Amino acid sequence: MRLACFAAAACAAFAFAASAQNSTTEGIAKYREALQEGNPAELWEARGEGLWKAPRGPNKVSLERCDLGLGAGVVKGAYAQLPKYFADADRVMDLETRLVWCMVKLQGISEADAKKNPFGNGNDKKSDIEALVAYVTSESRGVKMNVSVAHPKEMQMYRVGEKIFYFRGGPHDFGCVTCHGADNQRIRLQDLPNLTKIEGTQKAYTTWPAYRVSQGELRTFQWRLNDCFRQQRFPELEFGSDASIALTMFLAKNANGAAFDGPAIKR
Amino acid sequence: MIARILLFSALFAAVLVGCAIAPSDERISADASAMIKNSFKARGQAGLDRLDQDDTQRLCSQAAGKTPPRDVAERIEKQNLATIKYPADGKLLGDWKNGEKIAQDGRGKQYSDDPKGPVGGNCYACHQLAPQELAYGTIGPSLYRFGKLRGYTVETQRYAYGKIFNSEAFAACSTMPRFGHNGILSEQQIKDVTALLMDPASPVNQ
Repeated sequence: MRLACFAAAACAAFAFAASAQNSTTEGIAKYREALQEGNPAELWEARGEGLWKAPRGPNKVSLERCDLGLGAGVVKGAYAQLPKYFADADRVMDLETRLVWCMVKLQGISEADAKKNPFGNGNDKKSDIEALVAYVTSESRGVKMNVSVAHPKEMQMYRVGEKIFYFRGGPHDFGCVTCHGADNQRIRLQDLPNLTKIEGTQKAYTTWPAYRVSQGELRTFQWRLNDCFRQQRFPELEFGSDASIALTMFLAKNANGAAFDGPAIKR
Repeated sequence: MIARILLFSALFAAVLVGCAIAPSDERISADASAMIKNSFKARGQAGLDRLDQDDTQRLCSQAAGKTPPRDVAERIEKQNLATIKYPADGKLLGDWKNGEKIAQDGRGKQYSDDPKGPVGGNCYACHQLAPQELAYGTIGPSLYRFGKLRGYTVETQRYAYGKIFNSEAFAACSTMPRFGHNGILSEQQIKDVTALLMDPASPVNQ
């Protein structure tokens, strides 16, 4: 499967060199279309459903009593209204941090263990978090994004997230806004969504998580933020950190009204 | 009586809630800076000191993706102009062939990169340069025929060298990194990239 994808990518790359810029863009669009027909994300969704329902941890219970915001055990549509404020934790949480919370509180797994492997390596090292995220998000496919900022802590996270979006630093002076602040921009041939506009944010946010063909891995929104900051030449964004949740809050709320369409498939 | 006390209490509580108005923009900015400090960990060559903003970074973050007010923009440009160091030997053009390699190379300064180098300029990520390279980005303007269009003068050489050394000297809150000022590229590397733009023999000018 992966070899075939790489071969297709290589052929596409040769095709680029031989053609003009417009047909390059068309070629990429066709390549993406072909990828839509079979999305390996389904493998992660199935594994995640198994993990969700299996008794695990010292308490030997499943995650089926985990409250993702719509009540204990309700998965359908839960992702479309995250992040949100959870009174039991007195904290605004995104899906990943809520999953860790449930593993700790319900299954008795230590927080360090629950957080130690957030990202797989596309090969032998699989991440349970990525699989669980694939399953939970797949249960919101087609559901309109509806993230609330009614609670003061939700509004606080949204406003701080906006500031972090515009925060420039590091040796290259980069911030999120450097690449995601204008329409119709690309790095090399990669199109960049304009995350300062509602339409751009809706299109981008509703297609994460995604199966990344180039990595052979299902990638979560936490991963997306982590790897953006690596390319920004920042230190490493910590998994489940407040800054990661604030940025997610800023983008998720701005995506409100658009139908969630993940897990998607991307280059 | 008890009912009245309760009513007053309720009114007082309502006023208190009403007073808990939204935090100011300055407060939120301070919260964001504190949150950033608590949300990253040092890894490889990327230490936490990279989160400390200089004056330019702080003012440009405040501008939130827009051009800052005229007085702020002038202050940023003036400060950054003063940092530009032109080569002591007076030679601004290096080897355009090396410049092309530097323009293609996106490695360097990420925590996943070898701290010993090499470090590239990654110019093609954002700019069109030589027409042979079709995989160019569009965050910056096209630099195709940079020298040919502007004339191969010493003034244009100095502008190109200075712009690569410190872009903020010429356009406050530019998205372009300050390659010389922030120690991303060496003097020789900047000379080589300047040659890629300004050498009449460079593929950029064909």
